[in-house]
Amino acid sequence: MSEISMARALNEALDMALAGDERVVLLGEDVGATGGVFRITDGLLERHGASRVIDTPVAESGIVGAALGMAVAGLRPVAEIQFLGFSYPAFDQIVSHVGRIRNRSNHRFTAPLVIRIPYGGGIGAAEHHSESNEAIYAHTPGVKVVVPSTPADAKGLLLAAIADPDPVIFLEPIRSYRAVKEVVPEGHYTIPIGEARVARPGADVTLIAYGAMMRDVGRAADTLADEGTDAEVIDLRTLSPLDHETIVTSAAKTGRVVVVVEGHRSAGLASEVAAVVQERALYSLLAPVERVTGYDTVVPLKRSERHYLPGPDRIAAAARRALEG
Amino acid sequence: MDPLRVLSVDGRLVGEAPIDLAETRRLFAAMIAARTYDRKGSALQRQGRLATYAQFEGQEAAQIGSAATLRADDWMAGTYRDAAAMWFHGYTWDNLLLGRMGDERGGAPPAGVNVLPPSITVGAHMIHAVGLGWAERLRGSDRVALTYFGDGATSEGDFHEAMNFAAVFGTPTVFVCENNGWAISMPRSHQTSSETIAEKAGAYGMPGVLADGNDLLAMVAATREAVARARGGAGPTLIEALTYRMGPHTTTDDAARYRPGDDVEEWRTRDPIDRVRRYLEGAGAWDQGWEDDLESGAGADVEAAVERAESLASLSPDSMFDRMYARPTAVLEEQRRSLFREEGGLS
Repeated sequence: MSEISMARALNEALDMALAGDERVVLLGEDVGATGGVFRITDGLLERHGASRVIDTPVAESGIVGAALGMAVAGLRPVAEIQFLGFSYPAFDQIVSHVGRIRNRSNHRFTAPLVIRIPYGGGIGAAEHHSESNEAIYAHTPGVKVVVPSTPADAKGLLLAAIADPDPVIFLEPIRSYRAVKEVVPEGHYTIPIGEARVARPGADVTLIAYGAMMRDVGRAADTLADEGTDAEVIDLRTLSPLDHETIVTSAAKTGRVVVVVEGHRSAGLASEVAAVVQERALYSLLAPVERVTGYDTVVPLKRSERHYLPGPDRIAAAARRALEG
Repeated sequence: MDPLRVLSVDGRLVGEAPIDLAETRRLFAAMIAARTYDRKGSALQRQGRLATYAQFEGQEAAQIGSAATLRADDWMAGTYRDAAAMWFHGYTWDNLLLGRMGDERGGAPPAGVNVLPPSITVGAHMIHAVGLGWAERLRGSDRVALTYFGDGATSEGDFHEAMNFAAVFGTPTVFVCENNGWAISMPRSHQTSSETIAEKAGAYGMPGVLADGNDLLAMVAATREAVARARGGAGPTLIEALTYRMGPHTTTDDAARYRPGDDVEEWRTRDPIDRVRRYLEGAGAWDQGWEDDLESGAGADVEAAVERAESLASLSPDSMFDRMYARPTAVLEEQRRSLFREEGGLS
């Protein structure tokens, strides 16, 4: 078994889904001949043909709306939007239709589709290319929101998303696509949607994150370990529905919680996790819940982006505050 | 561009009839039933028994004539004003009434009826029809998808995206624009500077047909050809049905605030049902007794549906949690328990 990147693991998952289920089709801008802007669909057009791997005109509402129609008619479409910052033209389709067709038809029509969207900063990209606005979709009823942080999770979660009977927004951390390689199980496997993972057990403080932030949290946990602090790290994996049990169990155990989110601070995922913790584990808490987040600003461009993104230092500092609290 | 017309306003054939008299009688009966339902719907709303109601009076031929060309298993994606077409294609009066009574069970047509619940947002559903037909083509089926929308919807970006996708991929989609002259208070002349909506099709690379939407036979002829093209793999068509919204936008609206009454009176002389009646009468295929029977039969059907819909057991207070996903999530189950706690003693 060789070690592969998240990009490669996602490619394997898509290849496997296309090969294993004739209802699966991919559609999006540049997903065919070029293999996608991040090459996640590389080689799939050649292997599965133009009726399964479909290059579309530049029209995000059209891509998602067509995928919804396809799903209602019995296919399992996997749509790609090139960047989270380009998903807003499809917002109405997602909120008004994808997330509602089951409800408005009382289960008669359903939308088993996946919308894959690269998200997040850290690569010094152009404006609109570094967004981490996943809270918008986690706030949307009727869709699930999944974010992998490792190559092995990426493959298992994507295969689970494609098999899911309901629509899944699958957010891929751009910075993690090729950052690390690891051994990824061969063959078909799924990782349950809606279940967080204890990435690193610990006793003193709980660090909660997802996606690209997981590497920064890991580094912060290493630093804290050097200082004698045993941090527990939780990878949410799914933002909607959020796994309250894993969050609350860890919070009750350590009594100190730091939530790390790349997105904007206000009304975001960190706020939601903090609310769940205080509702369910208030009397176990030994310190206020710390939020380490992006700011309520536009993500700065390359020259100052590093000041916006949470990093290991900010995370470790927040953990120390929680430990003192 | 002169609209395609088969029946003159006074009920004479001015073109080749696409269907025989027996089929024309069947569609006439459907238009009578639709109008009966429509008037009942408005009346029920005034009695507070329906929520907002969107009348379609005047558009019966545009809807029944086009829907009549579909095969039973074809897809239909329409709007809140397309009750006649949806009913004709298998959506029941019960479905329609429940929807207007504010009951999600209305959105689930009988098994095998491929009619999506009426779209409330304007324009987005046209793209669904593209995806529906596209999926059928990819699966090797020859089903087509027909979508209805109004003149106002052609200003939406989704009209463009749907038309463009359909043409680029040659999907089996039939676009039927019911140009009824008004988008709430906005007249067609302010909606687009194009002379016709049909001509927009040319820019997308698909045929555009302007048809007299109050002419049942013209609508049958135009849509039958478009459906045949789609089913045969020749791609989408845009049909502009020139018609008129005889009523207000919905029961929440007073059209007198923006619309001259003369227009309504003028259009009443072009009524789609009157026209077919004159035609059938001229051919010796109509009599008042038959129409009276149609009306009373439709009235009884609708009345029975109203009774069923009004006496249907209430939805369980927590049913909202069950409709979101195939299985409610743990988060929703927690919220269900919270609802029970707050409302107390629910089961």
